[in-house]
Amino acid sequence: MITVTDLRKVYQQGKKEVVALDGVTLSVPKGSIHGIIGHSGAGKSTLVRCLTLLDRPTSGSVSIDGTELSSVKDSEIRAARRRIGMVFQHANLMDSRTAAGNVAHPLELVKTPKDKIRTRVAELLKLVGLEGFENAYPSQLSGGQRQRVGIARALASDPDVLLCDEPTSALDPATTDEILDLIQDLTKRLQLTVLIITHEMNVVKRVCESVSLLSRGRIVEHGALRDVAADLDSKLARALLPLPSSEPLPGALQRGPVLEILFSGASAKEPVLTGVARHFDIDINVLAGSVETLGGEQFGHLRVQLAENADVDAVLAYLHERGIAAKPAASAAAPVPVAAGSPLPASVLASGEQGGNS
Amino acid sequence: MNDIFSNPVLAKALPEAIIETLQMVGISSFFTVLIGLPLGVFLHVSAPGGLRPMPVTNRILSDVIVNITRSIPFAILMVALIPLARALTGTSLGPVAASVSLSIGTIPFFARLVENCLRDVHHGKIDAAQVMGSTKMQVINKVMLRESLPALVAAATTTVVTLVGYSAMAGLVGGGGLGKLAYNYGFQRFDVTVMLVTIVLIIVLVQVIQLVGERISRGLDHR
Repeated sequence: MITVTDLRKVYQQGKKEVVALDGVTLSVPKGSIHGIIGHSGAGKSTLVRCLTLLDRPTSGSVSIDGTELSSVKDSEIRAARRRIGMVFQHANLMDSRTAAGNVAHPLELVKTPKDKIRTRVAELLKLVGLEGFENAYPSQLSGGQRQRVGIARALASDPDVLLCDEPTSALDPATTDEILDLIQDLTKRLQLTVLIITHEMNVVKRVCESVSLLSRGRIVEHGALRDVAADLDSKLARALLPLPSSEPLPGALQRGPVLEILFSGASAKEPVLTGVARHFDIDINVLAGSVETLGGEQFGHLRVQLAENADVDAVLAYLHERGIAAKPAASAAAPVPVAAGSPLPASVLASGEQGGNS
Repeated sequence: MNDIFSNPVLAKALPEAIIETLQMVGISSFFTVLIGLPLGVFLHVSAPGGLRPMPVTNRILSDVIVNITRSIPFAILMVALIPLARALTGTSLGPVAASVSLSIGTIPFFARLVENCLRDVHHGKIDAAQVMGSTKMQVINKVMLRESLPALVAAATTTVVTLVGYSAMAGLVGGGGLGKLAYNYGFQRFDVTVMLVTIVLIIVLVQVIQLVGERISRGLDHR
């Protein structure tokens, strides 16, 4: 279990103070995967550096299973770090060491006996599916294999927490899925607490049980994946269940009120739309939709247009009665700039340039 | 061809000159690496944003090094250092004495090269090492030096080649060796054969150093 309380980091830039983290609070229970999503400039990198104590936080605390990390003395910092395994975007392996040598690296630092290192390294490489690659140098491995070595190395010192900084941002989609599956599998098997920092919504969709949205050094939304996805007003829901832009509406369509509807859980399985159509005897036109399975539950996000004469309030009441989130679409003309499969849409985050974290 | 073997100067003075040159290059290479390597590491580590920043010391050291390598021509530095050579070795003549000024001339040069090699080690690797709980010394030994080893060998090769050139200059002010031979016989006595043989020998020496250096460097490189 990792707990971060009111973490602040202020950098001094000449005479100006730059607030990189402005009171970040989060906690991740043991055995679960938490995603932190945000654009570059949101404070992700700073958060990582504070969690690993590469940078000392200005104030606030980081603790693992109740052991405080942020206030340890410099001499204890190394022992504290060994409780955190870290996976980097570009694996950051040593080019001069073989796969086995890289995994052995953290063990050598604490003078582990040679034969013990050998058995542990073989065990770890097997765990990440790299048996037989002991003597390969990083340059001879693919990006996905390098990341597997990185994960094995991160696990070498038996950490409680696995911190993944953009673990898949440099990988292709198929390899991304493999690595995420591996992380998920290891989390369950080793009862790790995993924190994944990313700008890719797909990573969150695939493995995270809970998620935080980091923007300008603050966590603006957080919660279990199914809760944030079920909230029609949350920015994360819009990113998790993106709808294509509604603009321009096909000209031939009738004029009528446009609604946004979000089904979740059980309600996603019921034929609610036809129910509305029958109950109010109106036509309904689906303009856009997105259906996903998130955290083991089915979610559907629809934009529908009702017949011109429809009683919008009555329809909304009918839907709410059945536990379905619905609201009039902000404005049919307002663009909802989201493309399915893309990273986090720019609109989700108040500002900050688009692009990867490095 | 006959000229070469019958030339009395070559027969008598050449073997000695070769040995002297190798002595100068060997001794000064040894001390250059011995002192220049830690100096280069210190320059890198103490730089602002480094592993152990010491801005003032770093600044002063950098300035001293720039002045030795850039401002003072080697020929002048060498003459100026003759008293120091005498104090350290008891004589101002011969290859051992010349090695003092040769070393002092190339230590800053090599230290700078080392610093550049270390700077090229990707910062992510150092972060990774620190996160896994390395001490600063472990970061330096197991990451910085080990990861830049191929580049360090290449830098050492360049330095040794530079030393061959400097040793010829040192020969003129009492160091002996091939430089002195070429100057005394080739230049002052217009002995073209001596001049040519010296040139060829120096070219061969440089080529061998270059070749060996490249081989080692490539053998160590797994990128």
